[in-house]
Amino acid sequence: MKPITELVKDLADKHGRDRRNLLPILQGVVEQEKYLSEYSMFEIARELDLPVTEVYGTATFYSFLECKKMGKYIIRVCKTITCSMKGERQILLAIQDMLKIKIGETTQDGKFTLLETNCLGFCHKAPAMLINNEVYTELTPEKIREILGSYLHDKIIGGEHVS
Amino acid sequence: MGKKVKITINGQPVEIEKGTSILDAAKQIGVIIPTLCYHKDLCVAGNCRVCVVEIAGQKRLAPACATPCEEGMDVLTNTHKVRNSRKHIIELLLSEHNADCTSCYKNGNCELQLLASEYKIMNQDFIHLVPFRNYTIDDYSPSIIKDDSKCIRCQRCVRTCAELQSVNALTMAYKGEYARVTTFFEKSMNDVICTNCGQCVNHCPTGALVEKNYIEEVWAAISDKNKYVVIQTAPAVRVGLGEELGFDPGARVTGKMVAALKRLGFDAVMDTDFTADLTIMEEGSELLSRLKKALTENDRTIKFPMATSCSPGWIKFIEHLYPEFLDHLSTCKSPQQMFGALVKTYYAKARKLDPEKIISVSVMPCTAKKFEAARPEMHSSGYRDVDYVLTTRELAIMIKQAGIDFARLEDMHFDRLMGESTGAGVIFGSTGGVMEAALRTVYELVTGREVPFDNLNITPVRGAEGIREARIKIEKPRKEWAFLDGVELKCAVAHGLVNAKYIMDKVKAGKADYHFVEFMACPGGCLGGGGQPIPTNPEIRQCRAVAIYAEDEGMPLRKSHENPEIIKIYNDFLGHPLSEVSHHLLHTRYTPRRL
Repeated sequence: MKPITELVKDLADKHGRDRRNLLPILQGVVEQEKYLSEYSMFEIARELDLPVTEVYGTATFYSFLECKKMGKYIIRVCKTITCSMKGERQILLAIQDMLKIKIGETTQDGKFTLLETNCLGFCHKAPAMLINNEVYTELTPEKIREILGSYLHDKIIGGEHVS
Repeated sequence: MGKKVKITINGQPVEIEKGTSILDAAKQIGVIIPTLCYHKDLCVAGNCRVCVVEIAGQKRLAPACATPCEEGMDVLTNTHKVRNSRKHIIELLLSEHNADCTSCYKNGNCELQLLASEYKIMNQDFIHLVPFRNYTIDDYSPSIIKDDSKCIRCQRCVRTCAELQSVNALTMAYKGEYARVTTFFEKSMNDVICTNCGQCVNHCPTGALVEKNYIEEVWAAISDKNKYVVIQTAPAVRVGLGEELGFDPGARVTGKMVAALKRLGFDAVMDTDFTADLTIMEEGSELLSRLKKALTENDRTIKFPMATSCSPGWIKFIEHLYPEFLDHLSTCKSPQQMFGALVKTYYAKARKLDPEKIISVSVMPCTAKKFEAARPEMHSSGYRDVDYVLTTRELAIMIKQAGIDFARLEDMHFDRLMGESTGAGVIFGSTGGVMEAALRTVYELVTGREVPFDNLNITPVRGAEGIREARIKIEKPRKEWAFLDGVELKCAVAHGLVNAKYIMDKVKAGKADYHFVEFMACPGGCLGGGGQPIPTNPEIRQCRAVAIYAEDEGMPLRKSHENPEIIKIYNDFLGHPLSEVSHHLLHTRYTPRRL
């Protein structure tokens, strides 16, 4: 883990310091930090000579750029229509029951954050969810317990890798 | 001149320069198209869609503000389709707007309310969404209140803060139904880099951004028999107030304003122009003493350019963004604060009043003055120097509440002791005015002759360009100023913080060789201030500027140092400019404010 200042500087060196380079830099910070803190936004604004509000406006616009402290594993359950019809509700309940958190919350140990997301493009294998960059599909409450159990012990079982 | 194109609007032919918007073309032939997000001061956003028109042959309606005229265009502004669309757009805006008009501060001066009234939005077809949203009101700042439930997301404020002021306190955040105008991490306006200039307030079409008003507090002070309530009026108020009370832009209502204030019940009505003249004496002397130290004593701690310090928006701007350059600021307080410090000392003593019983009120074209008056260092008199600050708009409200028929008032004069002023004090209300006033006095102090400009009008520092420069060569000075012989005094004027930033970046880069720079936070200077009547736009600012300079030319005295009350206060109380008393009461210090 690089200190933020160094990380931002390296990202700016890599991507450039134009206004249009803001997005890859934000993504780079999120990749390491999981979220964008006030401090990291200040650093980015300073490095790119942009108003800090513009950094904030851009960061809040995009769904996958979080501005709140996130857990180590970010669970994003698809809420779009197909998943919703194929049992998203039960999936959410299973997760909430197991982790004792509601949507938008993070577990006390800082391990999991539960969020909803729009369509992941896995309607044919609904219901689906993301944990960080891994996709898990055709979910059932049983499967959820198995998957989360492996994350709880940091023994990640593979989903379908997206990139 | 660009190429001309021929179009028709509602069948009426118009010949117009290519690239002109349909909105402007329509205006030329007296066809009114409603707008909300459009403002003359700002770039075109085209996001409210209330200005939609039909263009023959095109299926979709086009926004008139963002569509340039093209040869042969056949524009229709009043078809069934256009009227219906506009009505729906207004209804949709209202469905997300806290339309509690009767309890809104902007009731009667709201562009959305006006449109709703024009289009007779009687029944709401859309679900009213405000109760489902968790809106909070930010009233933490002493100057500005932000109420998101009234925001229609036209983004005028966002563009104002970015384009005119380069402060960027406000931004659009989130998207879709969650999109909102907010600050960095939704902090209070009081906790972010905001200069309190109030330009967002002046540009807001609804009640989402308004000044924090102190009307009730001032009424309470007036009706308190134990209080002696003194009011001072800023130079730009006299050329703006009329607009709120039925006069055309540019009306000079100085005498009526004084009469109205007396009728409201103020115990003394005096003039900030007096302390504007005093500012010139102090600031001019400060400039000369800096020049002397730098040129004869080779003192390298003296920083040039010296920057004016009258505009509290500018002061907060430099404190936030250029804190390492605070040495460049003149140590003079603004005229408002000089007045406040004197009213509870000099005036109280002369009139044998207990300063504790004096309530000092000011009426300013400015919202940042409310913040300035609340600064902890502004207690030089031993009390809070200025208790309440009203904007031009708040004063107009009080005049209406008091049932005064403003147009029929007989002109009256300011009260004595701190009410006399010169033309130099009046032009403080315009961009370039402080510079012009200072030059009139400084040049004459140094050479014994009047400034070498026709009728004292230093035209190079006047006008509306964002940055203006002037050079004056000092020749044949008096003996004590011999070191200035042949020195060319380099001056600049900047208004609108975006221009202030331009000059400050030059100073930072070591490329600004000016001696003296006047900075005003608002476009046009105070006459275009955030507390002035709404609307304020380039034409209206121009009218107010003409009025200010006419007021100056109409004054018998036009140089600050000739003001008899200024001569008197130096004789009786202050001693001389930059004296110890002056330093205690009229000068201040600044606070670096990094965030």
